[in-house]
Amino acid sequence: MTIPAPRDGATADASTALKTDETVPAPPVDDNGEGPGDVVLRLTDVVKTFPGVRALDGVQLEVRAGEVHCLLGQNGAGKSTLIKTLAGVHHADGGEITWLGQPFAPATPQAAMRAGIATIYQELDLVDDLSVAENAFLGHEDTRFGFTRRRSTASRTREILTRLGHAEIPPRQTVRSLPAAGKQVVSMARALSHDARLIVMDEPSAVLAHDEVENLFRIIRELTAQGIAVIYISHRLEEIREIGDRVTVLKDGRTTAANLPARSTPTRDLVSRMTGRTIEYVFPPRRPAEQRDPLLVVDGLARTGEFADASLTVAPGEIVGIAGLVGSGRSELLETIFGARRADAGTVTLDGKRITSVGSAVRKGMGMAPEERKSQALLLDEPVYKNMTLASFSNFAKAGFTDVGGERKAAERTADALELRPRDVNRPIRTLSGGNQQKVVVGRWLLEDTKLLLLDEPTRGVDVGARAELYQVIHDLAERGVGVLLVSSEVPEVLGLADRVLVMREGRIIHESPAGEIDEGAVLDLIMAGSLTTESILEGEPA
Amino acid sequence: MTTQTAPPEAPTKQERRKLDEGVLRNLGLVGVLVLLIVVGIITKPDLYSDPTWVKNNFLTILQQASAIGVVTVGMTFVIIGGGIDLSVGAIIALAGVWATTLATQSYGAGGMIFTALVVGIAVGLVNGVLISYGKLVPFIATLAMLVAARGLAAQISAKQTQVSANDTINSLASERLLGIPLLVWILGLVVAAGWVLLNRTTFGRRTVAVGGNPEAARLAGINVKRHTMLLYALSGLCCGIAAIMLTSQATSAQAAMANLYELDAIAAAIIGGTLLSGGRGTIVGALFGVLVFSTITNLFAINNLSTEVQNMVKGAIIVAAVLIQQFRYKSLTQLFKR
Repeated sequence: MTIPAPRDGATADASTALKTDETVPAPPVDDNGEGPGDVVLRLTDVVKTFPGVRALDGVQLEVRAGEVHCLLGQNGAGKSTLIKTLAGVHHADGGEITWLGQPFAPATPQAAMRAGIATIYQELDLVDDLSVAENAFLGHEDTRFGFTRRRSTASRTREILTRLGHAEIPPRQTVRSLPAAGKQVVSMARALSHDARLIVMDEPSAVLAHDEVENLFRIIRELTAQGIAVIYISHRLEEIREIGDRVTVLKDGRTTAANLPARSTPTRDLVSRMTGRTIEYVFPPRRPAEQRDPLLVVDGLARTGEFADASLTVAPGEIVGIAGLVGSGRSELLETIFGARRADAGTVTLDGKRITSVGSAVRKGMGMAPEERKSQALLLDEPVYKNMTLASFSNFAKAGFTDVGGERKAAERTADALELRPRDVNRPIRTLSGGNQQKVVVGRWLLEDTKLLLLDEPTRGVDVGARAELYQVIHDLAERGVGVLLVSSEVPEVLGLADRVLVMREGRIIHESPAGEIDEGAVLDLIMAGSLTTESILEGEPA
Repeated sequence: MTTQTAPPEAPTKQERRKLDEGVLRNLGLVGVLVLLIVVGIITKPDLYSDPTWVKNNFLTILQQASAIGVVTVGMTFVIIGGGIDLSVGAIIALAGVWATTLATQSYGAGGMIFTALVVGIAVGLVNGVLISYGKLVPFIATLAMLVAARGLAAQISAKQTQVSANDTINSLASERLLGIPLLVWILGLVVAAGWVLLNRTTFGRRTVAVGGNPEAARLAGINVKRHTMLLYALSGLCCGIAAIMLTSQATSAQAAMANLYELDAIAAAIIGGTLLSGGRGTIVGALFGVLVFSTITNLFAINNLSTEVQNMVKGAIIVAAVLIQQFRYKSLTQLFKR
């Protein structure tokens, strides 16, 4: 019915941007004809900057009533910022948002709700100990003289639940007792209680089992049949194919393709529009591969509900990268290797010695830079040097008395080696930038005799310059013979740093190959389980 | 690798500013102390004109502060380590009663002291095990211990006041060394040991790490559970010491002794700048906190004022101290953010 090519100035820009990207084939010209309603939401050149980052850098988006519009993009492409802008959490710095024909700039999440845009976040924002009905009407309770009207709330909730095809959920049951799928229904009930005309769903299927996803789709179809528009975010291409009408692809905060037909656009096209990110990754030159006996051997490691049958090795001086989405079990795997989570099955050995706890891991020469720097790695009020020596201050101590002078000197040496800025090790670490904080976390293990370093998202929240420096640090560590096991959501990072690449999906290692033998598109395809390279999946670990 | 990041220009003299924060807080408490003394001088000029009285009064204040001061040192460690110990008063009562049973007294002063310390440590360890390994919330575990330990103390003492017949123990409260009461010496030693332990040992470093960010401490290889357990044992040890001190002061022990000490110790630690959420606190500040309270008590006593008013003033001081801290902490972090 319509073509995605220039409809107005905005989309013209988008397609121009598209054409300048040499990796992207010509944009498709046909629309699958779905998207029956009028345009309800239109974003034109929307820009949102955070200090140091241009999170949205010219987003175009057009959503029609009654359609399921899918947003696709790698981590950091700007999807979250975009939906938070629609939800009134962030405020756009530039560009134009039109909602139902009116300029739209919600000041608060409440304002967005009132205007009819509801957002269902990945972490469902329900109050576990309140009832289904109370959650559905949370923030706009049905009251009379300050007293809640429980009966009418319950019956209105029941009405909404019936609309959602879930009349069996009792409105007075507490949300805590519901399974994840049920909670999601309550979130949608809340959206409908606001008379939402657009529901944004951020990876709604991530928390669901397979049969529950079917149910979710049924609900979505019922919503769209009532003319409600849905923005659907998922990394799973097969879902997008099944439920989606049109797809908009984001990369580096920009729309690289708009309004592609969800069913007929080839996977290769979708993936290619997400890849080849322009953000600079400056990787140190690769070393020639060297065959050595493995340092770390992980054999058949499993944790129920998180990951299964994980086997891998890391040799001294080798960098092994694990690519996978959040929720694929990669962080859990790393923490289990480190002994921070108890394995249900399988073994971890370092230099032939079993690792069973964090204590034994550290004593035997393992170090870890966890995913959440602030909550898992740092003492924010303490000075840099104390953070640097957090794992090693006992080694400096004599008879239980700390050697602050010795610690400071060692920290200063490490700070020099890491080019820490500012170099002052007495500053509270909270005053450092994210990149420099991360250097301290990595540096912590340089002070230990670390043989194996586990890095979970080492460059999250780190600016481009510091990123390159961190890559250099990781590279230098490997040169010194330290084995590195790295987890990252950023596929180019894994490919650029690692000698060997593992791909994790839904708790399993589904692929392993030297980094030189796989490209970004193929990795993304594996992560999202698209149609390609199923042969290589079989090369992984047979169950 | 050639990429240069522009680091935010360093706010200079960082360390000095940090030092200032601690010193300022303690200076503030010294200011409060001075103020209280000035109020004393104004309200009772006749008493303050007698130098001997003034000296003895100061020593009285210190002696009054000694037992609670020792407890506060232990409490400060627990709070910095991210916990709370509501059972300190009850532990003192149990240790005091246990140390003054006829059976224990038959072993002499050494036996009594040993008993008090062992009971204190043991009860502290029970708290610690429940919290670390039983995963009870510190508030609940020590609340339960508060009730149970006093119950046990009442059971052992059959609700009677147990008189200490041991002259060595009793002389602790009456004897002086170099003109200073022995109890004050004990307080001084415990405070000094506590300061060294917190600031100069791996134990102290672990305490700050465990309280400041338990997950980070755990992932750095620190045995968080064991350390947490030890912190409660340390608090118990301090209670054992305090039990002996109070027993010598009263020349007796009973199940109701050291009533509400937990509140005084927590309040003193808090107004001394210890963060209730853990990770930050000082021994010196806690000592000043204790001294402020005992000076207020003294001020009210010399003016023959009721304890009711005294408690109201204490409450106001706690609120004021915390408000001032929050304000200062906020403005400091704002400063760093720039």
